[in-house]
Amino acid sequence: MDEFIGAWTARHGATRDRLLPLLHAMQEEVGYIDDAWVPVIAKALNLSRADVHGVVTFYHDFRRVAPGRHVVKLCRAESCQARGGAGIEAAAAKLLGVAMGETRADGQVALEPVYCLGLCAIGPNALVDGRPVARIDAATLERIALEVAA
Amino acid sequence: MSRVFISRDMASVALGADDVARAFAQAGCEVVRTGARGLFSIEPLVEVETQAGRIGFGPVGPGDVAAVLDGTHAARLGEVEALPFFAGQQRFTFARCGVIDPLSLDDYAATGGWQGLDAARAQAAQQVVDTVKASGLRGRGGAGFPTGIKWQTVLDASAGDKYIVCNADEGDSGTFADRMLMEGDPYCLIEGMAIAAHAVGAGHGYIYIRSEYPFAIATMRAAIAASAHIVAPFTLEVREGAGAYVCGEETALLDSIEGKRGQVRAKPPLPALQGLFGRPTVINNVLSLAAVPFILAHGAEAYAAVGFGRSRGTMPVQLAGNVRHGGLYEVGFGITLGELVNAIGGGTASRRPVRAVQVGGPLGAYFPPSMFHLPFDYEAFAAAGGLIGHAGITVFDDSVDMAHMARFAMEFCAAESCGKCTPCRIGSTRGVEVMDRIIGARGTLKPVRPEPVEGRLFSSQEKGGASTGSARTGEGYLDRALYSRAPDRIDVSIEAQTALLRDLADTMKYGSLCALGGFTPYPVLSALDYFPEDFGAPAPLKEAAA
Repeated sequence: MDEFIGAWTARHGATRDRLLPLLHAMQEEVGYIDDAWVPVIAKALNLSRADVHGVVTFYHDFRRVAPGRHVVKLCRAESCQARGGAGIEAAAAKLLGVAMGETRADGQVALEPVYCLGLCAIGPNALVDGRPVARIDAATLERIALEVAA
Repeated sequence: MSRVFISRDMASVALGADDVARAFAQAGCEVVRTGARGLFSIEPLVEVETQAGRIGFGPVGPGDVAAVLDGTHAARLGEVEALPFFAGQQRFTFARCGVIDPLSLDDYAATGGWQGLDAARAQAAQQVVDTVKASGLRGRGGAGFPTGIKWQTVLDASAGDKYIVCNADEGDSGTFADRMLMEGDPYCLIEGMAIAAHAVGAGHGYIYIRSEYPFAIATMRAAIAASAHIVAPFTLEVREGAGAYVCGEETALLDSIEGKRGQVRAKPPLPALQGLFGRPTVINNVLSLAAVPFILAHGAEAYAAVGFGRSRGTMPVQLAGNVRHGGLYEVGFGITLGELVNAIGGGTASRRPVRAVQVGGPLGAYFPPSMFHLPFDYEAFAAAGGLIGHAGITVFDDSVDMAHMARFAMEFCAAESCGKCTPCRIGSTRGVEVMDRIIGARGTLKPVRPEPVEGRLFSSQEKGGASTGSARTGEGYLDRALYSRAPDRIDVSIEAQTALLRDLADTMKYGSLCALGGFTPYPVLSALDYFPEDFGAPAPLKEAAA
């Protein structure tokens, strides 16, 4: 990871405001921000470790452990609730065998909450490995479950 | 070879537009991917170019290619602009959205693009600011602060580096206008920012887009690269958020761009004087900036001619949630809530009665149908104890449990609080606990409402089982509800806990640093005031039922 951080900062700069873009790039590369890399990031951007730790833990997007092989981000916000989101959330947890906010023990799938994808007239909505899915019903959930079993 | 138009908007793609586009391409059609028209009940929508104009069909699937191309498909809509949903709109900001290829510079220029920027650059900076002031444009992010006055402050600030920041952290549930504009007409936003840069003397701009909007991020990045030579010497970059709702608050957003935790700053100093990196900064919502090209191209009078009271121009209203015809409806201020929900939205998607609408996202008030006479106007909503916010309207049918929605508002605030001020950080968690007690106590009363079956049952008949009393004033109850160190002595009765909830809401409203903690009481208290039967209290008198 040292090499990745070095190459990234050489290309994009090493000022403090580059911290979020760097964290996004690292997460894109390996899927999460390991605590062991925090000192390396801090050194590269001339920040304290506490500073970097604070930022990594503040933002919901940054993961500190490897995610599931598949990630289902299900919307929990009001507009999806108005269209039966709570029932879909319970059904998804049961069907995928993982509680909201958790990664299944076998590492195959993670079910994560997201608060609004901006598809509010056609909910309940989810991002399945980054692909938007709308008007989720029982049949859609079955398809998602099959997709993430692969 | 037929030419067809199919949206590439994230919502259309979520409904299968990519598969439809592929099918048309395989059939030998020239497929132009546009933004979304804005009515999602007809998506995926295909428009076929004919001698009589663009004829829409929707919703269609990948198997419908032949029927669409020979014009026999049952879902033939005719000209999309002529549909009732579109005919009544006044599209100033969203004129091109859904019509043109979002990334085609030729399309943009051919539909009046860059006229506003050309007009601005032919004028002195002060003249441009005066035009924006005269238009009456107010911040479309929710606060409604006059845009021209903000620009004037930055223009008057000492010389040196200045920045234009676009707030595209559209986190409110029920809103998607920013996303649609960035995906459907990105050059319009770029033009607006370039005009702002000329008006205040800024050299660089940032567009802060939430990470939940991957399509918008990709489209804006491509559009910035393609139009760099036009807006030069002004430069722009996209910054991606990281899932923090509070970064939609302008000072938290600035901290986030600076690479810090997205924590709210105390004001003053105003961002207009000491904003990004301590420099004078214009920070405006996507819709505010995107309204500017029209104002410069057509004049302040043309914009200000539309509207209501002190709310001038148009508002892109977003109809969302359990609504039959959801989508984007841009119209002059003054239209009533009832017209929007019933006449335009067509009531609920579930065909059940509307029970509540939340206006303005998670921090907006819940209104019952008896308030549907409210005109869409910043002042009218504030007077009614609510806010327009980003003009998202989330519709709920009669299966909604308003106590659960009030609990959710507190839960959301607890999850998203930046932690800087105590009323928001601690108050929201206490609020969830109080709501749990109310919901618990409600269950021990005579059946105020039946248990929901599969989450979709509500009978409005069995109400009024709760004891009466002074729950509204909370007299005498607050002390007994506050024995937090002696849990066995806490008065967990509905009256005591409701009094505590009101007291807590008061503390959050007046003691919080920003709108997250400060406005969370709006959904909570409006739910309590308009739907007391869900909180175990008697139903309200049907006052002024419209």
